[in-house]
Amino acid sequence: MIRRFWRRMAWIVPLACSACGETFQSALQPAGPHAASLARLIWSFTAICGVIWLLVMLVLLFALWRRHRPAEARHERRATAIIGAAVAATVLIITGLTLMSYAATRGLSDDAPDPVVIRVRGYQWWWEVTYADRRPERTFVTANEIHIPLHRPVRLELTAADVIHSFWVPNLAGKQDLIPGRNNTLTIVADAPGTYRAQCAEFCGLQHAHMALPVIAEDAAAFDTWRQAQLAEAPAPVTAEQAAGRDFFTAGPCSACHTVRGTSAAGRLGPDLTHVASRQTIAAGQLPTTRGSLAAWIADPQTIKPGNNMPLVPMTPDQLQSVSAWLASLR
Amino acid sequence: MIERCVLFAVLSLTACKREMRDLRSDPPEAAALDQVRPMENRIGGAAPRIMYALGQPYEGNAYQLNQGKRLYDWFGCKGCHAQGGGVIGPALMDGWWRYGSDPVSIYLSLRDGRPNGMPAFGQRMTTDQMWQLTGYIRSLGSYRPSTAAPSRNDEMQARPAENRGPAAAALIARPSR
Amino acid sequence: MSGSYLEQVVQPDTRDTDIPPRLLGPQLERIWGTPRGLWGFLTTVDHKRIGQRYIVTAFIFLAMGGVLALLMRLQLSGPERRFIDPDRYNQIFTMHGTNMMFLFAVPVMEAVAVYIVPLMVGTRNIAFPRLNAFSYWMFLIGGLVLWVGFALDMGPDVGWFAYVPLSGPQYGAGKRSDIWAQMITFTEIAALAVAVELVVTILKQRAPGMTLDRIPLFVWAMLVTAFAVICAMPAIMIASTSLILDRLVGTHFFNPSEGGDVLLWQHLFWFFGHPEVYIIFLPAVGMISSIIPTFARRPIVGYLPLVLALIATGILAFGLWVHHMFVTGLPRLGESFFTASSMAIAVPNGIQIFCWLATLVLGRPVLKTPMLFILAFFFTFVIGGLSGVMVASVPFDTQVHDTYFVVAHFHYVLIGGAVFPLMGAVYYWFPKITGRMMSERIGRWVVGLVVVGFNLTFFPMHILGLQGMPRRIYTYQPELGWGPLNLFVSLSGCILAAGFVLFFFDVVRSMRSGAPASDNPWQAATLEWATSSPPPSYNFSRIPVVTSANPLWDATILPATRGLRVERRELLVTTVVDAEPQARESSPSDSIWPFWAAVTTSVLLVSSIFTPWAVVWGAIPVTFALIGWFWPKSTPEDLA
Repeated sequence: MIRRFWRRMAWIVPLACSACGETFQSALQPAGPHAASLARLIWSFTAICGVIWLLVMLVLLFALWRRHRPAEARHERRATAIIGAAVAATVLIITGLTLMSYAATRGLSDDAPDPVVIRVRGYQWWWEVTYADRRPERTFVTANEIHIPLHRPVRLELTAADVIHSFWVPNLAGKQDLIPGRNNTLTIVADAPGTYRAQCAEFCGLQHAHMALPVIAEDAAAFDTWRQAQLAEAPAPVTAEQAAGRDFFTAGPCSACHTVRGTSAAGRLGPDLTHVASRQTIAAGQLPTTRGSLAAWIADPQTIKPGNNMPLVPMTPDQLQSVSAWLASLR
Repeated sequence: MIERCVLFAVLSLTACKREMRDLRSDPPEAAALDQVRPMENRIGGAAPRIMYALGQPYEGNAYQLNQGKRLYDWFGCKGCHAQGGGVIGPALMDGWWRYGSDPVSIYLSLRDGRPNGMPAFGQRMTTDQMWQLTGYIRSLGSYRPSTAAPSRNDEMQARPAENRGPAAAALIARPSR
Repeated sequence: MSGSYLEQVVQPDTRDTDIPPRLLGPQLERIWGTPRGLWGFLTTVDHKRIGQRYIVTAFIFLAMGGVLALLMRLQLSGPERRFIDPDRYNQIFTMHGTNMMFLFAVPVMEAVAVYIVPLMVGTRNIAFPRLNAFSYWMFLIGGLVLWVGFALDMGPDVGWFAYVPLSGPQYGAGKRSDIWAQMITFTEIAALAVAVELVVTILKQRAPGMTLDRIPLFVWAMLVTAFAVICAMPAIMIASTSLILDRLVGTHFFNPSEGGDVLLWQHLFWFFGHPEVYIIFLPAVGMISSIIPTFARRPIVGYLPLVLALIATGILAFGLWVHHMFVTGLPRLGESFFTASSMAIAVPNGIQIFCWLATLVLGRPVLKTPMLFILAFFFTFVIGGLSGVMVASVPFDTQVHDTYFVVAHFHYVLIGGAVFPLMGAVYYWFPKITGRMMSERIGRWVVGLVVVGFNLTFFPMHILGLQGMPRRIYTYQPELGWGPLNLFVSLSGCILAAGFVLFFFDVVRSMRSGAPASDNPWQAATLEWATSSPPPSYNFSRIPVVTSANPLWDATILPATRGLRVERRELLVTTVVDAEPQARESSPSDSIWPFWAAVTTSVLLVSSIFTPWAVVWGAIPVTFALIGWFWPKSTPEDLA
């Protein structure tokens, strides 16, 4: 059995590590104080539990391989005492683990001073993100991407528009559900700059698998610049092709669902596209934002993400070209 | 056991089509679905032939009807027709139809609009979306319970759910103008 | 010859003392036996036939659920695979979970109990045998409803816990969720019926002398399980019925806009769902406690602590449902309470593990296949138990909830903790049930393949979960780096599947041509080994009298009771605590009515998915079936 265990480990360890190198959505690579404390908790639980498991296995091996003598009353009494001691040890360990758990919970308290407040609303199968500010003119709506400043607590106010979703960015914090009829909050803090992927973690229907968003942690200056840029309206088309794209977008079915600030498109059913080209991904974390992927997505959303709510809109190749050109210019 | 067999046999005939989820309509099919042949007065007419080849999914497929319900909400139908009772526009659940109750008439109303305020959605919605909405609107004006029609919404309830035959509840009411 | 003689001798009120011992068996067989053919098949109320049928059906559902698992592993073997579209995939994982929990795990445990418990407590049939037959038909039809629905593209697609609003009226189009919810009703009726039978059998039908402290541990485990079923199942029936009402007639139990609450569903579901885990695990505890003493060649160490641990687990199981809802934003204080209670259940489980280990240490373990499965249990279940302690911690759980870590955890607990002991129990009791031994050689291969395959399949899922892979996703993107490990998991799944295929092969092979088994091939101590293999329809020609906790080890010849009637089905009722004889009670004869009652109830339940009027019109045939079932008999039922 032990040999089997080592054989197993010999397989798994290299495989696991090969995967570790690339991943940017992992609870084991914390990039903020909350996730770091959770990772510490995970590792210490794992270590303690690993030792317990080894002990149990050792006793089991001892039972199988020891020289067996006829049992005497003396042995029975000793066994009872050992069982009693083991139960007492279990109680102690369990109490210890419970206290560790409580201690870790205390560190994740929500009442941080002066947080950045971001409202996240879950839709089937994308995220609406609202940066709230006391001054209404500094509030804006975006989608499927969150920027946060480093070292500053960010309070996410989580609501759901349709079914239950769950916001989980494992590198920064544990998950929290978005529940219709309820308001939940989650505080995240990032210490290292980078892009961390968040994904819906509560089954929410057909495209649950493709409901992600990048969380970009950057220094305060970069964050302010980004925020300022997001406040602006969409840039005016430069080329004739872009202008044609805009006209098709605002006149056709696109504008029924999407908003592009600065144009007449004001639908609220799909993601806000005002600065879509400034985002890293489209289709809720599924495709990198390029003109090509925009065109592919618009041409056939139901093949890329079957069952999502964006219809396959019939258009000519020219229209597709111009719409994707215009959207790719919305930086 | 025989009863069960009969029940399942009956179910299997209807259920396949009722529950199947066709998530993507082929562009040529979607285009063909627009080939309605209306009567002169644009009330009634012949449905596109492909509708029958597809097995009339927008009449009895639960998923398509449910999508129609979502679109009813999303495209602002409630603004004028409320939950089906009508405010600015006419009621849809009293069983009275100004322009006909058949799918083609409703589709034409959606696509091309009607006089006195009904806007045209032909530029806003895709063909299959309009057919989904058509199917749903017909379930709103239904007198009989239906197993394929959607049930209540997660919101305040203003009328019986579509699967309960909401028009039957409106029978005692006076038809709205 | 004996028949004609018996006809002369057996008058009303003939006792077993009135006829020659050599004719007792044939006479009891005449009274208790089941007629051959289809009629016998449909009407029998013999707990052994029904139990056997129940076990076979549940294992068929296991195999079907396993095929679904392989399909999922095929789809997940690489990033963005397109073998299965998301709609089908969602149905498949929902079917897998639902099928395994409701159609395999709970029924199979109760099925083993239906077969074994009456033998273990030394009685001739289970209490309420017609209810038992009814229970099987309900279970079978409920399973068929679910699978026929799946075949017709009507399979539920909302996960096995069907959270509203996704399963509710607005987002769950069609009848898919209704089929799921009504299947719950079927299986719950079946499970509740068996639970009631077991409680009564265990409390009132034990052989004389089997006082509470001489009850075999498997029987204790089933008693606690049966009470847990009785307390837990009503919650899910309320939940699933409310869901159907919301969907069919537009009630607002789960509609926040009308004062309902979506979290109400989760509370109701998990108030059942968590005890459910122990409803599956406690019988396994009983099986382990039966197998270990037999193969350790000594009585179990710590009988009393084990019984208390069983009861404590059964009670604590109802105090930790909220740990499935740690990320729904409940108040901190509540979460802390449920962390403590979830952690606390590790203590009774620890007691069980320690007592078993002590039995092994003090005994002389013989490594036959059933025992090997118990070793496999230790190896895997302890990992599952410890990862259970991990997810009991709120902060830990926020990182792993709804990820593959949890998938790994509950498969370790359910397969390691329940299926391995169950397979051990199959090898252990197979000779008793069929009269033939299973192959020791193939058995060792099965253990090897299943244990290696299982651990290679599910251990990496812990890592995947911590690397951020949520559960219930039909695919994942290549840049996430989960591909290699998922491929490894899928390949390992094939080893596991091979182990199960070999297991099924061994079962079928042994049933046809296994070596004949003696009455007590393992030299075990409990009463089921006191009768022949397979047992006769009447179980025991005379009801044995129990004088110790390990009757077959402590007495070479069991004393037996005398005086039961032989010209009708009669069994002995004893007192609850001391098992002193109290009355002779008649046991119901074969009847077709349970079958018709199940058919009519099924018509009512299935139709009521489609129209509420089915409850009214469907009740009429149910009434007739029940009138037939309970038609008054002219014979007195019990005699002191």
